[in-house]
Amino acid sequence: MIHVIIIILLSVVMIVMAFVAIHHKNLQVAVIASGIISLFASVIYIFLAAPDVAITEASIGSVITVSIFFYVLNKIRHEDIKK
Amino acid sequence: MKILRSSALLIVVGFMAWMMFNLYVTYDSRTELNDVAAYYAEEGLSEVGAANLVTSIVVTYRGLDTLGEVTILFLTAAIIGLLLKTEKGTRTTPVRESSEFLMTGARILIPVITMIGVYIFINGHLSPGGGFQGGAILASTFILLLMSISNKKIGHRLLDYTEAISGLSFILIGVLGIILAAGFLDNKIFSLGTFGTLLSAGTIPIIYSLVGLKVGAELSNIILEFNQIQGDEDH
Repeated sequence: MIHVIIIILLSVVMIVMAFVAIHHKNLQVAVIASGIISLFASVIYIFLAAPDVAITEASIGSVITVSIFFYVLNKIRHEDIKK
Repeated sequence: MKILRSSALLIVVGFMAWMMFNLYVTYDSRTELNDVAAYYAEEGLSEVGAANLVTSIVVTYRGLDTLGEVTILFLTAAIIGLLLKTEKGTRTTPVRESSEFLMTGARILIPVITMIGVYIFINGHLSPGGGFQGGAILASTFILLLMSISNKKIGHRLLDYTEAISGLSFILIGVLGIILAAGFLDNKIFSLGTFGTLLSAGTIPIIYSLVGLKVGAELSNIILEFNQIQGDEDH
């Protein structure tokens, strides 16, 4: 029962974060929100007894993707300043 | 014209919905595994000898798929390297110095996270995780390393050699499987060992370590490419 409650709470947070990721004006906040989705998804995978997938999701979804997005955002911002 | 286009879209969406609805209505959940899955679940233990059944499927039964995935990742890294190609040593302006907190934290955390990554891919046949997961964790260590020493230049050479050697050895072990055992990527080149120990399940620990090194090197290379284009001729 407690598992179901935790999973529902995590899912609600994920849906909210998805809306933030789409609609927020600040791109950095949007990228971090999408990283939080991956992090919570990995917790849900652990509850669903898929630790392999959880490790992948946590490391790729919430670390590597977010940092690549930040590298690209940083690059784009510098290009804008130059113009 | 606009109405025509919208109605065409509506028809396509409606058709898809109808198709999916039929699938949903006729779906009844299985009460037992299908033939292939049942075979893996029953024979996997005695044939492959890995405590983690997922690993025995990923590395041995579906080893060719794993080789394909690694190849796709290699292609991705190569294409990113091609598209983000910069002249040698373009970073003329120094990037802002990393903060003391980050540098000290990185000095403590990098060995620990590296150890977790290596543990995950060496123990891929015993515990959850494996080459891909361990490699991704190694690459996240690399991000921390890059952030903590933002001023130094890092060469590609070590990463390139790691990737090339581990990829080649992966294929060599696969070919050895044809010669010494039943087929490509068969893990029974040497004896299966005691179930549940580190040196069990034939070549699976070796293959997964190679996959882990290769994936780690590839992802690190991608991140290094993105890192190198920062601070190009700006400020």
